[in-house]
Amino acid sequence: METPQQERKMAIPEVHPEHKEYWDATAEGKLLVKQCESCGEYHYYPRVLCPFCMSDKTKWKEAKGTGNIYTFSVMRRAKPAPYAIAYVTLDEGPKMMTNIVDFDLDRIHMNQKVKVVFKQSGDQDNPGPFIPCFTPVKG
Amino acid sequence: MSIEGKAYIAGAFEHPKRLVEDKSVAAIHAECAKGALEDAGLTLQDVDGYFCAGDAPGGALSMVDYLGLNVRHVDSTETGGSSYIAHVSHAAQAITAGKCNVALITMGGRPRAEGKSGVKPKKFTPNVPEVPFEIPYGPTAVNEYAMAASLHMHKYGTTSEQLAWVKVAASHHAQYNPNARLKDLVTVEDVLHSPMIADPLHLMDCCVVSDGGGALVVVNQEIARGLKRPLIKVIGAGESPKGPMGGNMDMTYTAAVHSGKAAFEEAGVNPAEIKYAGIYDSFTITVIMQLEDLGFCKKGEGGKFVADGNLIAGIGNLPINTDGGGLNNNHPTSRGGMTKLIEAVRQLREEAHPEVQVKDCDIALVNGIGGGLGSRHCSATLIMERV
Ligand SMILES: [Zn+2]
Repeated sequence: METPQQERKMAIPEVHPEHKEYWDATAEGKLLVKQCESCGEYHYYPRVLCPFCMSDKTKWKEAKGTGNIYTFSVMRRAKPAPYAIAYVTLDEGPKMMTNIVDFDLDRIHMNQKVKVVFKQSGDQDNPGPFIPCFTPVKG
Repeated sequence: MSIEGKAYIAGAFEHPKRLVEDKSVAAIHAECAKGALEDAGLTLQDVDGYFCAGDAPGGALSMVDYLGLNVRHVDSTETGGSSYIAHVSHAAQAITAGKCNVALITMGGRPRAEGKSGVKPKKFTPNVPEVPFEIPYGPTAVNEYAMAASLHMHKYGTTSEQLAWVKVAASHHAQYNPNARLKDLVTVEDVLHSPMIADPLHLMDCCVVSDGGGALVVVNQEIARGLKRPLIKVIGAGESPKGPMGGNMDMTYTAAVHSGKAAFEEAGVNPAEIKYAGIYDSFTITVIMQLEDLGFCKKGEGGKFVADGNLIAGIGNLPINTDGGGLNNNHPTSRGGMTKLIEAVRQLREEAHPEVQVKDCDIALVNGIGGGLGSRHCSATLIMERV
């Protein structure tokens, strides 16, 4: 069986003031995560204050963009086409909600190694920010 | 200060309709309020505390005015489908503190009449912090719970057949409920052959969409003793929210680990003493994970625990959701906590259908997971005793 992933119109995210750098980076093909200079922890999604120690010394770091699939589900009953929602564990540590794209949806599996790819939200008439998604890689 | 023994559930009412085309959401709340007060033998004038959640149109201010209430205590705690379980606990706390004596809790909605369903993407709410980092990915109620199911299968070897047993039990109970949305008995094979919605959850792993609602009346001991209803005492409660924790997410367990522990400690009972459980069955996986996390079986063994009819009244060791639950009977406005409480009250009063009535049902537990197991949820636990 094969269920090729089809392009899906993604909802345009609301850009909150403290996330401008994040969305500017995705447009350049970079995934940023926040790291706290006080406790050293990475976190996702990005906050102004560290969710682990409430320090305001949180800094943007460019993630390697690699990780593995923590869990996933293929939404079979989706219009116009099925899509795969997942959580990916980044190599830096945090898990993030995402979609698995550019791959046969029937061959996605747990712990699969993936790398980040960016898909633009919205459509041609109303384009939105680029959204970090992931696609499986060999190894 | 404990709520143990301070408050009693005196009135309970489940709206008989599963499709409400001719009345508004506010009218459903009002009909439920009237039903629960009549069940208790109380009147509108007796109510001095009001509780509602996000389904109440206009919130507590609109509803208090609409219902014609004159109250001195309001609480609109919103934790999704578990809200009403938390409301009973909060009502007991308010009664313990002397802030009210007769608390009315209402819920209701009409998602069927309004054409809503669980497979549609969640609504976009402005300013909610996580939304920009989730909404583009198409999270829905079903694919979020499906991710929890995928992980449970991967980590513990839980099977689709085991998930299906939760639905089989629900259908077994629903055949005796004339108001149930789905009354047909189904088999494990029927569940496995129903359409796949979001891997690994089939259509029959998902709760129904239904209109309607329910209401409860919680009163102090003195008032409870003056009424002509069995005494259903609140003996323990707990609530606990859980989310992706800044990226440190662990989707293998629910917050029932915490809410359940708190409730059992307050009540001074253990899982073996629970004769009947109302477990929010938004999806079959939700039941399996709650049963593990509440301590009815070991972590990872929930699949084995629910198999072979163990949840069916008269057959299994732990009868749950004897009205047919959200999977078969009713899931008004996609919030399952209220109907779980109502059936637990029926069981404790020995007013359940004779085919599903649990013998000597003196202690019951209700647990709800509101929100999304694959993102943020709140577990609420309540333990009640018939005295
Ligand atoms: Zn920190």
